[in-house]
Amino acid sequence: KMLCSRRCLVTSRQLYSVVHDPNEKTFEKLLVANRGEIACRVIKTCKKMGIKTVAIHSDVDANAVHVQMADEAACVGPAPSGQSYLNMDAIMGAIRRTGAQAVHPGYGFLSENREFAKRLASEGVTFVGPDTHAIQAMGDKIESKLLAKNAKVNTIPGFDGVVKDADEAVRIAREIGYPVMIKASAGGGGKGMRIAWDDEETREGFRFSSQEAASSFGDDRLLIEKFIDNPRHIEIQVLADKHGNALWLNERECSIQRRNQKVVEEAPSTFLDPETRRAMGEQAVALAKAVKYSSAGTVEFLVDSSKNFYFLEMNTRLQVEHPVTECITGLDLVQEMIRVAKGYPLRHRQTDIPINGWAVECRVYAEDPYKSFGLPSIGKLTQYQEPLHLPSVRVDSGIQQGSDISIYYDPMISKLITYGSNRAEALKRMEEALDNYVIRGVTHNISLLREVIIHPRFVQGDISTKFLPEVYPDGFKGHKLTDPERRELLATAASLYVAEQLRSQRFLAQPENRRDGAGVGAGARWELSVNLEDGVYPVTVSKSDSTFSVEVDGMKLNVTGEWNLASPLLSVTVDGTQRTIQRLSRDASGNLSIQFLGTVYKLQILSQAAAELSKYMPEKAAEDTSSILRSPMPGTVVAVSVKPGDTVSEGQEICVIEAMKMQNSLAAAKTGKVKAVHCRAGDTVGEGDLLVELE
Amino acid sequence: PARDMAAAAAGLRALRRAAGPWAALGRRASSVPARIEEKRRAALLGGGPRRIEAQHRRGKLTARERILLLLDPDSFDEYDMFVEHRCSDFGMDADENKDFTVFGGSLSGAHAQKICKIMDQAALVGAPVIGLNDSGGARIQEGVESLAGYADIFLRNVLCSGVVPQISLIMGPCAGGAVYSPALTDFTFMVKDTSYLFITGPDVVKSVTNEDVTQEQLGGAKTHTAISGVAHRAFENDIDALLNLREFFNYLPLSNRDPAPVCECHDSSDRLVPELETVVPMESTKAYDMLDIIHAIVDEREFFEIMPFYARNIVVGFARMNGRTVGIVGNQPKVASGCLDINSSVKGARFVRFCDAFNIPLITFVDVPGFLPGTSQEYGGIIRHGAKLLFAFAEATVPKITIITRKAYGGAYDVMSSKHLRGDANYAWPTAEVAVMGAKGAVQIIFRGKQTDAEAEYVNKFANPFPAAMRGFVDDIIQPSTTRKRICHDLDVLASKAQSTPWKKHANIPL
Repeated sequence: KMLCSRRCLVTSRQLYSVVHDPNEKTFEKLLVANRGEIACRVIKTCKKMGIKTVAIHSDVDANAVHVQMADEAACVGPAPSGQSYLNMDAIMGAIRRTGAQAVHPGYGFLSENREFAKRLASEGVTFVGPDTHAIQAMGDKIESKLLAKNAKVNTIPGFDGVVKDADEAVRIAREIGYPVMIKASAGGGGKGMRIAWDDEETREGFRFSSQEAASSFGDDRLLIEKFIDNPRHIEIQVLADKHGNALWLNERECSIQRRNQKVVEEAPSTFLDPETRRAMGEQAVALAKAVKYSSAGTVEFLVDSSKNFYFLEMNTRLQVEHPVTECITGLDLVQEMIRVAKGYPLRHRQTDIPINGWAVECRVYAEDPYKSFGLPSIGKLTQYQEPLHLPSVRVDSGIQQGSDISIYYDPMISKLITYGSNRAEALKRMEEALDNYVIRGVTHNISLLREVIIHPRFVQGDISTKFLPEVYPDGFKGHKLTDPERRELLATAASLYVAEQLRSQRFLAQPENRRDGAGVGAGARWELSVNLEDGVYPVTVSKSDSTFSVEVDGMKLNVTGEWNLASPLLSVTVDGTQRTIQRLSRDASGNLSIQFLGTVYKLQILSQAAAELSKYMPEKAAEDTSSILRSPMPGTVVAVSVKPGDTVSEGQEICVIEAMKMQNSLAAAKTGKVKAVHCRAGDTVGEGDLLVELE
Repeated sequence: PARDMAAAAAGLRALRRAAGPWAALGRRASSVPARIEEKRRAALLGGGPRRIEAQHRRGKLTARERILLLLDPDSFDEYDMFVEHRCSDFGMDADENKDFTVFGGSLSGAHAQKICKIMDQAALVGAPVIGLNDSGGARIQEGVESLAGYADIFLRNVLCSGVVPQISLIMGPCAGGAVYSPALTDFTFMVKDTSYLFITGPDVVKSVTNEDVTQEQLGGAKTHTAISGVAHRAFENDIDALLNLREFFNYLPLSNRDPAPVCECHDSSDRLVPELETVVPMESTKAYDMLDIIHAIVDEREFFEIMPFYARNIVVGFARMNGRTVGIVGNQPKVASGCLDINSSVKGARFVRFCDAFNIPLITFVDVPGFLPGTSQEYGGIIRHGAKLLFAFAEATVPKITIITRKAYGGAYDVMSSKHLRGDANYAWPTAEVAVMGAKGAVQIIFRGKQTDAEAEYVNKFANPFPAAMRGFVDDIIQPSTTRKRICHDLDVLASKAQSTPWKKHANIPL
């Protein structure tokens, strides 16, 4: 089975250089305690450094790409990560068995686990990361804030304790500077939280918050801290060795987030000027030195609209978004981490660290962006092709055609990184790369990514962590077609339809007179009717040579395309504008789905005659969805809160589904009696599976 | 129409008639052309605007509208527009008949005569026959003449069987004796919610067996595509059905004298399919979807599945390989472990015989743990029915390519287009296990419950493709990713295959 599976290494252009001195002694064998793209990423650098690699995997990952790439592999348990990728006993066993001298933890899983680092140290195995002291110090929110304060790093000014009365609240608020946030010390979930912009609001907020805090939590201690309005999330990459040297490798702008997860990142940030950058970098380095940090780490800051920056936390691991830093600095962070772990001093000085060009990273996820900016989707990647044929594109992925995206792990498909000499170029390349990325079999978020990177606010650099909810207050609904774009899409779709029809009339093995297109070949006029987004458009197509002349909305468009209809990517030129589109599916009923400008459009194309008659076709009764509850995503049922016969009220929780580390509470759509429950806690359910029926 | 059988070969010139002769006729007698025109106009109106409207209200199209959608533009030449019914009893003395808007599409003697005429013509030139059925049944008023009409059609159905493909699309009621014409044709498709097929309707059922049943439950599209296996596919509405029928038609040769059609193909024949390397799970007890394999291998992932909701433990349908139509048969591990039972054997057998009759190469994907055990199967005659599939594969002389993806156990291994049944190219994937049975069962029988570690030995010896490959029962063990390439290459080589069977009147398949 493994005969053809050793994967060729050069699958993605790197955009960073592994400058490896073969005389520099390094580890002989390294175990990568992770899976997916980050495991592959680490293995790639190890190969270049001549280090043998050991992959660990769960049962279901036995055929995963990272396992194929590694020199050795060890199964560490069943699919749930708690029993495999977090199973320290099994991983320690694998280390002993394979004789790995070092462990790279990647991100997530055990990467910031002090216990794991300790166990490795006790067995004389090197942990590629900071020492346990730094992990512990930075892992604790209060301790890390205190440490940062002592290292003269800006922290969010605030007061934590009992505020006597409204006057004291005003005094503290003035000290901190408006706006301030008043919240219950014991609080959570937005309860007892008020934002105040002046004295008056502070008094009011104090009253409300203390009342709410007392009634909700029985604890009226209040926290007053500076409210960072419209903050940006900007982080500084640091790199430190075991000899007291530390560098800052510039910033990454990670403001585009949904549910506190980053979606689009870039380096550098449009927002920072050299002074702010230096100030942030120096503070980050100061913090790293204060905790005797070694290895690569990230200091996260919130930056307000006046470029005031405040320490948020420090991540003591390699970050997901490290590639953008690698692109602009040319460093291989994994290699530097391994060197530092081996005990070598840093090879660079601060003045050696450049900002060359601009890099943008999009996190491509298997999720449906139309549902709260991304609910996980699972499935088999029936077709998968990375846009590596384009210049300055890097794709970090750990999957391949045929891979399963399962409910057990993070649904990230890949990180798509483009690089340019400036931001505009990097973004243009990203646009093309997204259009040329073929992902079939799972729902993905390419549409959202593409909309974000072409949005005028994003292009201008006017972003904050609230970007998505601000730009799409009613949720993301895909690209909005302009009139010319709609015409272009209609013309393209109609031309593709005709091309397909013409092809289906060409029979090769038939005697001439037995089968031929009865006078509907080249030169004929096709009177079509195209359904798109609740509109019906008459479209006329005729073909001469390789050009389709299309009439739509009274406009004439020329569509050129000598297409290979089997190709997942189709290059279409409409009146001189070239685009890459993807025809995702077609069927005999005239349904067509086309990925156009990143968004998937569903069209139906019928002959005028059929469209005319379709008005007689009976409407199919739609399922009444208010009395049934279906799973919105694949996952595991964690809890079912009702049983048949129960009366539920609208909005009441019926069950909880967990998918990819997220718990989702599903509520009743109407008040009624439970008729039947089709799931039990622990069941695995697919998207659209019937869970509960109401009467 | 009642039953409008139209010879519907796209652009078949043999069936075209020019308007010329009529023009010539016009010069001779001036009143005749006028009468011709008048009759034509009336015929085109069918049952008149009121009846047409009623048909539309039922969510159905008229016969002429259906034909307009089914055929290529201007390729339909109507026969016998001028035939009139010959019955004047019971007040049926209107002018002519054709369409379901005329007399509820009931079948008269004249009507049957028209159908027979077109079927004879189709058999003569080798053109497929497509029936769009929407009929109230026999025209009771005509009595035995109408029954004779049915029989005449049945006979043609039988004589045409294996000569030209025959397809029935049920687009309205089809009850009583009328159901046997679709049953005799090669494929029966239905329109959801508006079509029914039954021997006797709910009223008669109630009076005879006292069962309360609706038309839909008794003979709707869902019943026949999922429970009875009478129909092969169902479509959403008239338009959807006709467009799908057009698509389906392109897979078929025009007659048994024509080769399987080859379309212009854009999907490279030597395309590697890397995802097949991991599609079969490591644990031999774990299921996977055979459709994943089929979609990945065929041209452009297009697979026209036949009977997708009936006997789902076997998958059959049409696809193209490098443009050439092929029939695909595959065990479906996802359903009942892909075992063979009565229904799946019959489903498979009928499909294999169709392909063999019409020169369509067969590609078989094997992952079968055996025949389904149990009293219900034995009492139902699994021996007799299972033999049908065996018979069909054995007698087929079209190119036969077989890929064993995993299990090929016991008698079912023999049945599934094995080398022994004249398979032309038989391949095994590295995951294949060709054995008499699974290791556990084998060891239990051999050692009669004694504790042994023989199971591992059995697995080692038999749960792999080597024993079969060593004996030449599989021609090669191939990398799954190369499967498409191999099949396309083999089909090219086998295109000139000519194989004959001993002379016989016909074989005696165990019915």
